[in-house]
Amino acid sequence: MRKTLLCLAALAAALPAWANDAGVLKVSQGQVQVERDGKAVPASVGMAIRASDTLRTGPDGAAGVTFTDNSLISIGPNTVFSIDKYRFDSTTHAGEFEGSLRKGKLAAVSGKMVKQTPESMKLRTPSSVMAVRGTEFVVAVDDVIAAAR
Amino acid sequence: MRLPVAALVLAALAGCAEAPPKKATAAPEMVAVVPAPTGHVGAVVVRSGGGEQVLDQAYVARRVNAEGTVETAPVTREAVDEIFAETVKALPGRPASFTLYFLEGKDELTPASKAELDKVFGELRRRPAPDIQVIGHTDTVGNLAFNDKLSLARAERVRDMLVGLDIESQRIQSAGRGKRELLVPTDDNVAEPRNRRVEISVR
Repeated sequence: MRKTLLCLAALAAALPAWANDAGVLKVSQGQVQVERDGKAVPASVGMAIRASDTLRTGPDGAAGVTFTDNSLISIGPNTVFSIDKYRFDSTTHAGEFEGSLRKGKLAAVSGKMVKQTPESMKLRTPSSVMAVRGTEFVVAVDDVIAAAR
Repeated sequence: MRLPVAALVLAALAGCAEAPPKKATAAPEMVAVVPAPTGHVGAVVVRSGGGEQVLDQAYVARRVNAEGTVETAPVTREAVDEIFAETVKALPGRPASFTLYFLEGKDELTPASKAELDKVFGELRRRPAPDIQVIGHTDTVGNLAFNDKLSLARAERVRDMLVGLDIESQRIQSAGRGKRELLVPTDDNVAEPRNRRVEISVR
């Protein structure tokens, strides 16, 4: 029984993210945590990322996620980024993606969802909502950007 | 009777307009569209406090300072590269696809595709935790059942090669589409080398 459970757990961990997950963590450097169901788990490359996860990086941290619609998001150091909603239908390419950058830095490349339906990907910052028409942009919510020109 | 109501509404609206959003403690924000590797420049619509601004030029930054004031102005590429250096470096590899071609009626690669294998496999191996989809196709020579079987055999042949490269088999999905998705549309029973293929998608 125990062996079966272990095997099932190993199998579940190894499954690729073509099905129900929002994406896969492809890059993880320095301190990166994934908050899920109120618990913080250390990030590992290859782990599935789900809607309602929050990614948090330390001063030396950075992380990158590939989503099932081929959109890419990376975050830099001292960043808190939450995936509020994620849904993508690989047949119709319909979906919605809502994320929040609470602090820190983020780079994004939109995917098939936005190509099909512009503005279906939205990113919130403390002051604004950004609707993405495609494709690449950078966002910072950070004290250190104030002086840079 | 009407006038006082209208006056009240106006007064209320004026009251709203006069109260600026106080965000003395907020962190400064910045957003800028950057060009894709292809040079394509997209757009982002920023909505904030009832207003809307379309950013559709590369390296034009919309900034919100700590007091809530908005300023939109060009920013140098160097400044963006510097501010977002670690962030952009952490972007995952861009999803890509490759096509390999097969000999007629066989699950054996053409000499040209064989020669290309190292390049394609090199691309696949460079990616951490790759998710790979391998889809086999045929031309229209033969019946549906024969081509379904042949397309799957082609896909599985490629899948086995990838497993041989130490890519975890659980990360590879394979399927055969028979003669249902022709790259080059033809009549039935037409030998067309470009349709005898396996498409590998990786992300």
